[in-house]
Amino acid sequence: MTVTEAPARPNAAPEDRYYTYAYLDEQTKRMIRRAILKALAIPGYQVPFGSREMPVPYGWGTGGIQLTAAIIGPEDVYKCIDQGADDTTNAVSIRRFFATVADVATTEDTSEATIIQSRHRIPEQPLADGQIMVFQVPQPEPLRGLEPRETETRAMHAYAEYGLQYVSLYENISAYGRIAATAGYPVMIDERYLMSPSPIPKFDNPKMHMNPAILLFGAGREKRIYAVPPFTRVRSLDFEDYPFETQSWDEVCALCGANDSYLDEVVLDDKGQHMFVCSDSHYCADRREKGHAGPMAGHALAHIETEIAAEEV
Amino acid sequence: MTEVLDRPTSSQSVGAVEPLLRVSNLTKYYGHVAGCLDISFEMRPGEVLGIVGESGSGKTTLLNCISGKLAPTTGSIAFNSRRHGLVDIYDLSEPDRRRMQREDWGFVHQNPRDGLRMRVSGGANVAEPLMNLGRRHYGDMRQATMDWLSRVELDLGRVDDKPRNFSGGMQQRIQIARNLIHNPRLVFMDEPTGGLDVSVQARLLDLLRELVRDLGLAAIIVTHDMAVARLMADRLMVMKGGHVVETGLADQVLDDPQHPYTQLLVSSVLQI
Repeated sequence: MTVTEAPARPNAAPEDRYYTYAYLDEQTKRMIRRAILKALAIPGYQVPFGSREMPVPYGWGTGGIQLTAAIIGPEDVYKCIDQGADDTTNAVSIRRFFATVADVATTEDTSEATIIQSRHRIPEQPLADGQIMVFQVPQPEPLRGLEPRETETRAMHAYAEYGLQYVSLYENISAYGRIAATAGYPVMIDERYLMSPSPIPKFDNPKMHMNPAILLFGAGREKRIYAVPPFTRVRSLDFEDYPFETQSWDEVCALCGANDSYLDEVVLDDKGQHMFVCSDSHYCADRREKGHAGPMAGHALAHIETEIAAEEV
Repeated sequence: MTEVLDRPTSSQSVGAVEPLLRVSNLTKYYGHVAGCLDISFEMRPGEVLGIVGESGSGKTTLLNCISGKLAPTTGSIAFNSRRHGLVDIYDLSEPDRRRMQREDWGFVHQNPRDGLRMRVSGGANVAEPLMNLGRRHYGDMRQATMDWLSRVELDLGRVDDKPRNFSGGMQQRIQIARNLIHNPRLVFMDEPTGGLDVSVQARLLDLLRELVRDLGLAAIIVTHDMAVARLMADRLMVMKGGHVVETGLADQVLDDPQHPYTQLLVSSVLQI
């Protein structure tokens, strides 16, 4: 692979775009695109691919970065979030990476973005036709915790033998009296393949059902790509007497007052003070701009957040 | 997956019932080493077959071949499943064979660690076969788990403990409950009572005999313990060097052994 000393060349004409546009070489991107097409053709099926060494360690989102590199073009508008926030270290670094190697415009606005890369969240604002969500997946195999043999889990997927996954839910109920699993909650895709939706909270699981956007999942270390095409049925597993439920909060967002978003608890001091704020930073900022205010509106945390965001732009 | 399947009733006369299992000319070679050689037998529903013999006589090879874990070199194994009738298990497609194994069979390993998932609780281990058969009601499965745990005489308060926190004998009882909860037609047991103390062993053997009678359950028990063979088995097969050297009703084989090896085996049992 040729190492290109490529400073960002804004507005480069397509004809003189350099060989390693978006970091990966053309053959690698082609291989990944083939895997993506296969993944879209068999919703929920884990397609093996030749994962490459990336300039970040495994576990920092190499699967998602390779997916984005394979699908991104200069006309795309790129958004990257980490734990729902646009301004965290990992999100800022990955966004800068693609701004540099792919000459793309970046944004924090969910509706403007054409590609949204994420690990832990699906944005609160509903996704639209034409958008692509890219997920960084640490462990693509939902059955792995119960069945360590890859040969066996492959056979289970091939023959749709998914009784074993219910053992984990059974364990949850017997230990906690309810299905206490919160992140990476297993789902059935189009009633055929069992899929792990990366560590998104189960709060976001219903957003995947009949979603108009393309959902792509990449696991760099485990070398697997899978996908949920637009308008696909996605069902979260449950028992007849313990139906699937998402998390809910008694509080509203302390800054914007939202009662319909996923909230993070922030500890403010060592005297027990805490606040709940939207995990989706753009959703929260947008609401505050529109004049919504929560019980702690104007808190110092809100200012720090906007300052960093302003610096970035 | 949850439809009710017919099960033969014990009122049917033995002669009229199709064989549950028919093994014909079964031979297994490991390279040029023979595991078991030219073995043929039939089993009827509700029958308990004991396979006895010394270490290395081919008992476990035979059990693994019959239970679908190890393809034989030559010969056929036909099993009368609820879904497919009497068919050679190695002629079934892999998903069909796996489903038949889940629905109709149980396998009790000598070491409970081989037959249990050590990372999930005892209760979940017992309930897993029900979930594999498509049951999705937690309350019902929990109740069935509790029933079975009490049938194998385990403390119900410990249902959610991990298997590693149980003694070896308790682990074995969990394993037995796990392999009987889904009403199998045939249960394979490889030295099932090896790790249990004598009183528990007697109670379990008693329980197993009762179940065989009630459920029309058949069992193949591999053991070197002549007492277990005497208590459990209707029929015995004595193996040596990969061959079946003697076969017959259990009492007959044990009281009046014909083959010199069987005579040696029976006379080697320690008396108290």
